Amino acid sequence: MAENSSEMHSSGPIVSRREALQATAGAVALAALPLQPAAATSSPAGVSSDIAVAMTVNGRAHTLIVDPRQSILDVLRETLDLPGTKKGCNQGACGACTILVDGKRIVSCLTLASMHDGADIQTIEGLENDGELHPLQAAFVEHEGLQCGFCTSGQIMSGLGCIAEGHVGSPEEIQFWMSGNICRCGAYPGIIAAVADVAERS
Amino acid sequence: MFPFTLEKAGSTQVAIAAAASGARYIAGGTTLVDLMRDEVERPERLIDINRLPLGDIRVEGEDLIIGALARMAEVAADENVKRLQPLIAESLIEGASPQLRNMASMGGNLLQRVRCPYFRMLDAGCNKRTPGSGCAAIEGLNAGHAILGTSDHCVATHPSDVAVALVALDATMRVQGPQGERSFPVEELFRLPGDTPDLEHTLLPGELIVEIRVPSGPHARSARYLKVRDRASYEFALVSAAAVLAIEDGVIREARIAAGGVGTRPWRLRACEAALGGRKPDRQAFEEAAQLATEGVRPLHHNAFKVVLLPRTIVRALEMAGEVA
Repeated sequence: MAENSSEMHSSGPIVSRREALQATAGAVALAALPLQPAAATSSPAGVSSDIAVAMTVNGRAHTLIVDPRQSILDVLRETLDLPGTKKGCNQGACGACTILVDGKRIVSCLTLASMHDGADIQTIEGLENDGELHPLQAAFVEHEGLQCGFCTSGQIMSGLGCIAEGHVGSPEEIQFWMSGNICRCGAYPGIIAAVADVAERS
Repeated sequence: MFPFTLEKAGSTQVAIAAAASGARYIAGGTTLVDLMRDEVERPERLIDINRLPLGDIRVEGEDLIIGALARMAEVAADENVKRLQPLIAESLIEGASPQLRNMASMGGNLLQRVRCPYFRMLDAGCNKRTPGSGCAAIEGLNAGHAILGTSDHCVATHPSDVAVALVALDATMRVQGPQGERSFPVEELFRLPGDTPDLEHTLLPGELIVEIRVPSGPHARSARYLKVRDRASYEFALVSAAAVLAIEDGVIREARIAAGGVGTRPWRLRACEAALGGRKPDRQAFEEAAQLATEGVRPLHHNAFKVVLLPRTIVRALEMAGEVA
């Protein structure tokens, strides 16, 4: 399913046949030596020690134990059950995972949770207010700033950053300052209209 | 991603000691985390330097000082930067995306690794990633690669935009390391690939970039950055040029030109600069000077267009700089 395939993509570097064979050989060797303690077969430094971090997500405080390798994106989706933030490319190129950290838009896929103790995080889930859409969410609906919807939460969070930064003087300016968010459906005119509309009203 | 341990540095001394004993510095992480996920980078220890007090942007006398941990977006939006060194703000805004600019530090920007696709393909030859494994780009898809400063071992371009501006502006950098502190021109940070493309910069083990110093002068306000690329924003340069002009009484007193997207490091073009001294800032002077930029080029199968595009980009950047002079 989508979740699984994106997970496979995330851990999917191109592995050479040689490396795959080596990995298999290692697994066989381990299996053949059941009494060998696992730690003795890995290098002393080849261990991630978990780290405790405190984070506020959409106003709610959390204390979490994270593997240093976990991105904020993975923590949001898998630990905190907030799947509104999407995993697109998982390499900082598409913007689908955009969130606000301490008020600034960033890509959560390239952000290690272990490095963000004390962060104040806003995600798409925190925008609605008592069942009412946030004005930018409503504007995306009104201006048809989406088609398939996969990039939309990232577009909206990025749009909030764009408005807060004040880069909304013209459609061209919005286009330039929203260029970190890719929309494969090509809903760009609607996205720009939605951001411009809310910027004018706010 | 391979496992690693993460330490947080409370002081510069602690950070340097950790790095001197094998830890890798991490700030914004936009290059390193990405490459670690691809298993191109496999550090066993990271030292998080984000809490060090190295994020200030200030003016000292005539110089602009940019802390190594200042984020690209902060530097680009800073009033002193825009007033004293608009070229730096312009080149920063042309790089990466708004999100990445909020994350990436200035020190990390200078030390970012190449975007050659073969560097990231673990089953392709790459002397930078795996010394001695060959260079798949030389016979591969190389439209984005360098035409200047290449060797038979590596043809990757240095991807930074702001580094091109800093090199044109004669910026210097201050670093601290286990042996103490030193300063040197930003241009000297970058090595040519030669037969050791795995060695990209001249920092000694454990050295930490502390700040970047940009000297001011009459030239600084008439400076522009032009980036030519496959799409209008959020893309690496095919060719870029930083052009700086000091014009007095209708004559060019001093010109400085550096190019990106064409060299294995940010490429200062001193022959072009020398050809402009004493000339009137007109199209003919710009074109004659720009022709000198392609001396010694070594085009590959797919990037010979850069030999034509480079002088044209320089001419246009000089015209843009002349308009604000």
